[in-house]
Order: sequence, then C-alpha cells, then structure tokens
Amino acid sequence: MAERMGFFTDTSVCIGCKACQVACKEWNQLPDDGFVFEANSYDNTGALGANTWRHVAFIEQSRPVPLEGSSDDGVERWLMSSDVCKHCTHAACLDVCPTGALFRTEFGTVVIQEDICNGCGYCVSACPYGVIERREDDGRAWKCTMCYDRQRGGLEPACAKACPTDSIQFGPLDELRERAEERVERLHADGQAEARLYGESPDDGVGGAGAFFLLLDQPEVYGLPPDPVVTTRDLPSMWRWAGAAALSVAGAVVVAFAGSGAFTGSRKGRRR
Amino acid sequence: MTRERSMVPEAEFRSYYGRPVIKAPVWHEPHMPAYLYAGGLSGVSSAMAVMAGFTGNDRLERTARVAAAIGAAAGTGFLIAELGRPERFLNMFRVFKPTSPMSMGSWLLAAQGGLSAVAATTELTRILPAVGDAAALATGLTGPLTATYTAVVVADTAVPAWHEAYRELPFLFAGSALASAGAVGMLATPRAQAGPARVMAVMGAAVESVASVVMERRLGLVGEPYRLGKAGGRMRAARVLTAGGGLLASVAGRSRTLTALSGLALTAGALCTRFGVLEAGRASAADPKYTIVPQRQRQGQPR
Repeated sequence: MAERMGFFTDTSVCIGCKACQVACKEWNQLPDDGFVFEANSYDNTGALGANTWRHVAFIEQSRPVPLEGSSDDGVERWLMSSDVCKHCTHAACLDVCPTGALFRTEFGTVVIQEDICNGCGYCVSACPYGVIERREDDGRAWKCTMCYDRQRGGLEPACAKACPTDSIQFGPLDELRERAEERVERLHADGQAEARLYGESPDDGVGGAGAFFLLLDQPEVYGLPPDPVVTTRDLPSMWRWAGAAALSVAGAVVVAFAGSGAFTGSRKGRRR
Repeated sequence: MTRERSMVPEAEFRSYYGRPVIKAPVWHEPHMPAYLYAGGLSGVSSAMAVMAGFTGNDRLERTARVAAAIGAAAGTGFLIAELGRPERFLNMFRVFKPTSPMSMGSWLLAAQGGLSAVAATTELTRILPAVGDAAALATGLTGPLTATYTAVVVADTAVPAWHEAYRELPFLFAGSALASAGAVGMLATPRAQAGPARVMAVMGAAVESVASVVMERRLGLVGEPYRLGKAGGRMRAARVLTAGGGLLASVAGRSRTLTALSGLALTAGALCTRFGVLEAGRASAADPKYTIVPQRQRQGQPR
C-alpha cells in the first residue's frame, strides 16, 4: 500500500469562495442539487450529500471580542469551513456495506465502486457524519472519493487543487498532522484560543479521520458531530444481545409446547 | 453589555442552523417494517414447526412450516424491493462479511428461505418427507436468528434511537416475532391443536410489552422519539394492540371470535412496533439534538 493520503482543511484561512465545491462538481460530474434558498447564510447547499462532496459552511457570529480602547462591543466573526468525507480509519460505511462495493484504496481512502453498489442504503445510516447518501433517481450511494482517479494519475484532488488560500491541503496524512499541530500552536500564540483540531487524533471514535480540520469553534457549530464513534465498535455486543434474544425465543417456544401439555401424548381431540 | 449581545444563545446545544448531523435512514414504508415483521414471523414459525414436529402436533406443524416459508419469501421480496438497484440483489452474495449485519442477514435469510421452502413444500406435497424434516430441523437453528438479527441491522447504525437501543431491540423484535407466529398459529390451526401457539402469543406479547417499556425508560433523551409524534403514536398503538391481543389470547377459550380478534390484534401490534421503530429512527436522525447532546455529555465539558 502506498502512503496514507489525506486532507487537512484549515478553516482559519477559508474565504468561502466555494471553488472547492465547484471544482469537485466539475471533476466528478456531479448532478446539480436544485435551486434551494435556505435563507440563513451564504450557504444554499446545506449539507454534504450524494451530489455534494465538498460543502462550504458559513456561520456569521457576533461574539464578544472586546476591542481595546474602543466603545465597540465586539467584532463580528464570519466562520467558513469546507466539509468533506472524513475517510475514517474505522469507517462505518465500509464496515456495514454488504456487497463489498465500498473498499479501502491503496491511499488509505474509502471509495464506493458504483458498478457494485446495489443501493441497500445501509452506509447512509451508518455514517456518523451524515456524509454518504443515496441518489434517489439512480438508486446508488455516492460520496467523496478523494479523487481516486486523480490520485492514481499522480494529481492532487480537485478541491485541494482549486483552493486559492491552501485552506484545503492534500498530502501524506502524517505530514499533514504535523503541519496542523504547528498551525494550531501558532494560532494559539496569536491569541486565537478557540482554534482546535478536529478528527486528527488516532485515538478518537473513528480511529482518526483521513480528512481532518482546524476549527475556530465547537464542531457542532459547523454541523459536525462533537464525538463521533464508529457504530461497529459495539457490534460484538449487539450480536451477543441478539444471540441471547434468539436463545430466549427458542426457549420460549419449547416452554410453550411443554406448558400446553403437548408432551403428554396424543393430540387428536385433545382438550385443555 | 457585550454578553447580552451574543447571537449564540446559551441553549442546551449548538448546531448548524438546526440541521441534522446524520442522514435520515433511506428505508421505505411499507418495505422495511414489513420485512422486519415477515422475517420475525418466519423465524419463530420455524421454531414452532420444529417443536410441533417433535410433539406430533401435525396440524400446527403444517401451519408453522407454511407460515415460515411464506414469511421468508415475503421478507426477501420486501428486502429486494427496498434496494435502490433491485436487479443487483445478488450482489448481497458477493462477499461474506461478518462486520456487516446486512451481509450476515442476507446469508441467514437465504438459508432460512431455502430451508423453510423445502420444509413447506414437502409438507404439502408429501414428496421426500425425510428431506423436508431435515430442512425443518435446520430451520430450528436459522429461525430464531432470523427473528432477531434484524435488531442488529437496525442498531448497527449512527441513528441514536436505534444504536443506543441495541440491548432491548433484539428482545423487542423477539417478543414481537413470538406474538406474530403465535397469532398466525392460532388463526390458521383448529383450536384443539393451537394450544402451544396461544401460549407463544401470550409470552410474546408480554416480552414485547416489557422490552418496549424498558427500552424507552433506559434510553432517556435518546428514547424520546419513541414517545413523540408519529412514532410515539405507533408505539402506543403497538402496546395497546399487543397487550390487548395477549390478554385476549389468554382468555379467548373456545371462542373463535375472540381468538380471531386476538390474532389480528397481535399481528397489528407487531406491525405497529416495526413501523414505529422505523419512524422513531427517522425522527431521531432528523433532530440534531439526539446526535449532539449525548455526544457532548459523554465528552464532559465542551472543549
């Protein structure tokens, strides 16, 4: 296997240009999402989905950041963040896929083979980030491939290529993690105490994300789950409980026959 | 002054414009709940057929074998219809994948469907009865698993109302399946031979009722979708029908009307439970509260 590749999305330098979203649509030939007016921000896309593999979130905040020597109450803050599939180390979508359509590539990413997917929809409910979705007119599940085709050709993914501020950085995951640590330290030194990394730790509930982020507020503000856990972590436990229930069913049926005196002999014309 | 101007309210939780964090389950009505019901009916009917065979209850054995075969076939039909690409159903058998409950379930359902079809066919045609008996005996193993594995399919998701209920859901489905098979046994077998089916129906109704209450109580906030809105209505209807049906089954005696009413109520109750569980899952996914608040709580203080 080649080196594990990833995305580091540094939202502190995102300018909300949506070049990533457009580049992704263009390269991957994604269908349009219709003309929706959300009426809450510069974001009319809303969320990642079958036809949106990069999604830029916009959050306008008036936060109490006092300005020295001014009577002004504070400054406005405008958060922008380009969301994407996390390409989890422990990927629930990959675990639960019953056909093997989802697989782990040589770059450590998670990709759907569209000629295999039978549209069972299990991955959709399994993803703790709400990334993967079924295209209803097509019947199959779709999500970011981290431009598997471009990577195979030695190119960086379309979104990272198009990003004018290097908010989206693509590279070997280990390198990105180091770079992210340095960046967050610098931001802290500059007084941005709220800067934090999200998804960078191999000890989190998904074993670390292949696409991680530098955020300036709590993850849920960006629509991200604060503490995602791969659902299959509890699978052995689930099977134990289901096994116990199956045994109970078998036991109940035996008891039902014993209890109704069925073991006592002849049935024909038997009266209770 | 500055604090009051904050546009971020001191709410219980924060979110991105109230949008859901996870995607809602794509599974449809009536396909998915009907598949859960049919699988449960088939699985427990198989166990009933095995025991009826052991005890020489020929009439009940016949009913149970046929119900098991019809249930498995119907369940498979609903499962295929549910797929986005039904023509690719056979892709379910490309791999044998223990990490995927749906993969394991597909293999299980294939075994249960095949075996129960053989058992029912030989029962009705009297061709190769020994083969049929062997097949029926094997469904004694696949049956109870068929009735409960669906709880793992549902629980092994990021949907909070499903995932957090992974302890109770198998028992809820098991009770529901016992009641379903008991109900069919009661409805389709002469009273004199239907005694065990009746006991199963009563036991199933009791297990289903208890599991449902325990699940809701233990889940707390995450269990809210089982109490509210459309899902809440379905779960309440399920409880009334199941408890009523179970009670009727225990007092029906020789009354055909009461027996029929009981069987229908239990069947309706089992269906309501499955439709309610699907709806609760949807509601649980739609409101970011159920995803964010429990995650925050287990994390302790906000970072």
